Amino acid sequence: MSSTFSFGALARRPEAGAALGLVAVLIFFAIFGGVTFLKPAGMASWLNVAANLGVIAIPLGLLMIAGELDISVGAMVPFGAMTVAVISGHFGLPIWIGIAASLSFGVIVGLVNGFLVIRTAVPSLIVTLGSLFAVQGIVLGLTVLITKSTSVALATDGVAKAMFGDFVLGGQMQVMVLWWFALTAVYVFYVHLSPFGNWIFAMGGDKVSARNAGIPTERLTMILFVLSSTSAAFVGMCQAMLYNSAQVAGGQSFIFNAIISVVVGGVLLTGGFGSVIGIFFGTITFAIVTQGIYYTDFDRNWSSLIIGVLLLGAVLMNNTFRKMALSYAPKKGAK
Amino acid sequence: MSAPILALRGVNKSFGPIDVLHDITLEVRAGEVLCLLGDNGAGKSTLIKIMSGVHQPSSGTIEMDGTATTIPTPRAASDKGIATVHQFGGTFPLMSIGRSFFVGVEMTKGWGPFKIYDRKRANDIAVKAVRDFGITRIEDGDRLVGGLSGGERQSLAIARAVHFGARVLILDEPTAALGVKQATHVLRIVNEAKRRGLAVIFITHQVMHAMAVGDHFAVLIRGAVAADFKKGEKTREEITDLMAGGASMASLEAEIESYMNSHGGHPPPPAA
Repeated sequence: MSSTFSFGALARRPEAGAALGLVAVLIFFAIFGGVTFLKPAGMASWLNVAANLGVIAIPLGLLMIAGELDISVGAMVPFGAMTVAVISGHFGLPIWIGIAASLSFGVIVGLVNGFLVIRTAVPSLIVTLGSLFAVQGIVLGLTVLITKSTSVALATDGVAKAMFGDFVLGGQMQVMVLWWFALTAVYVFYVHLSPFGNWIFAMGGDKVSARNAGIPTERLTMILFVLSSTSAAFVGMCQAMLYNSAQVAGGQSFIFNAIISVVVGGVLLTGGFGSVIGIFFGTITFAIVTQGIYYTDFDRNWSSLIIGVLLLGAVLMNNTFRKMALSYAPKKGAK
Repeated sequence: MSAPILALRGVNKSFGPIDVLHDITLEVRAGEVLCLLGDNGAGKSTLIKIMSGVHQPSSGTIEMDGTATTIPTPRAASDKGIATVHQFGGTFPLMSIGRSFFVGVEMTKGWGPFKIYDRKRANDIAVKAVRDFGITRIEDGDRLVGGLSGGERQSLAIARAVHFGARVLILDEPTAALGVKQATHVLRIVNEAKRRGLAVIFITHQVMHAMAVGDHFAVLIRGAVAADFKKGEKTREEITDLMAGGASMASLEAEIESYMNSHGGHPPPPAA
């Protein structure tokens, strides 16, 4: 039964809406902007946006599937960037120390977020709203205290540059795109193929039942928060190495952009439903809308309108598909 | 006669100054259905929570197979073979039947870090387990639990408990939210569980359902066992009276009956 192809089975998957949305957006921009944005140069422009966003959107989406939210990623991006720039740029220490410090701070903030959410039972939106502002304050305060500036230069070369902050394939695509593809593959394996993924969905479905079924919900919550804030620190770190400098501001746009990608990708806001592939499609869709507008004759000021309509349309479509999945029953006699 | 699988001896429970359960003594044996009847607020839920490890008794003992034991956590309860199925049965509406069946004990295939969830085998086992309980409408393990009827969800939850080696099945008002036909389904499954030698504790306030499957009945009133009797010892009316706290229900029925006798079979007109 599972080997036979059917549109019905496809439509019941969490990523069905995201895939359709992606096709619609592709057609829209192919009509109004020509196929330029599908040629290598055009593709690089939206793939770069998608990759930086996607590396954060997937762990954020997993948190949302598990019924939590992490908006502190908006502060973790500049934090990750500034940490590597201050340690390896301002103080001139080896780049690998900067990288290690940057990722470690991501782990620490994630642990703090997870711990607070577990212990206080305060909704994670509020907890991470607090840590968003706290981390922003730390970044600004410490940077100005140490460097007397809000912008720090960083020069990297060699292996570290090639691995984290360089352009590949003709000098237009960021190496982040490769990281994004690789990480997506790893997440797909762990979330949809390994047994652990089941725990995340169970947790988002009903936390008490999940715990009674023997799932270590607290440990899993911690891991997911660590993943999201470390991923954000990683993106910030790579950006600092790519652009050879870090700023204290910026990064807040990641909060809403990542949430939009996740929701367009078919993740249910209240948890328990979604898929990594859906988030992947959602991220591409979002990136094409923001970048594709440059290839059309439209004023780019309209792109937010398109994103707003897209978000609402995607949510409605995803609701419809989810209802179809819920009410689905094989026809009598069909085996 | 062998020792009961699960027995409560003189269990009391109080939350601070409020006494919720007084001196509860109950026992249930393999292949027996104990019906726990009681009105809302009689202490049924607290009693379930003590048996499923959520609460600890303030005093008194819990025995399993004749030896005193404690049930410190819900996890300990399931390790000892006590499974609780709540009113809405399947708890993960957006998970597939196969996946929700194996939550926490996922079927895997493969090797080392590349162990993957064995969807096909999990689905097959889950579907077979439910079908063995007579729910033949479930054929596809990929269906979402939320798409099942209330009765089917209950059946799935019971089948899951039995599959994972439950010896005592605590059913918390399994028929309360169901239609007549679906309730019959669930009652049939209770009988099947009993036939397989499980001890079933069936909590309900629907006397009809209790009488259909029960071997042993206990009526709980304000936290105490008000009556404890075997099948056939009391009529349905007597049990209903007991649950309603005695005479009030009987006198209401008598009042209506006498009115109808004197008014040619018509009930009293509605108050103007």
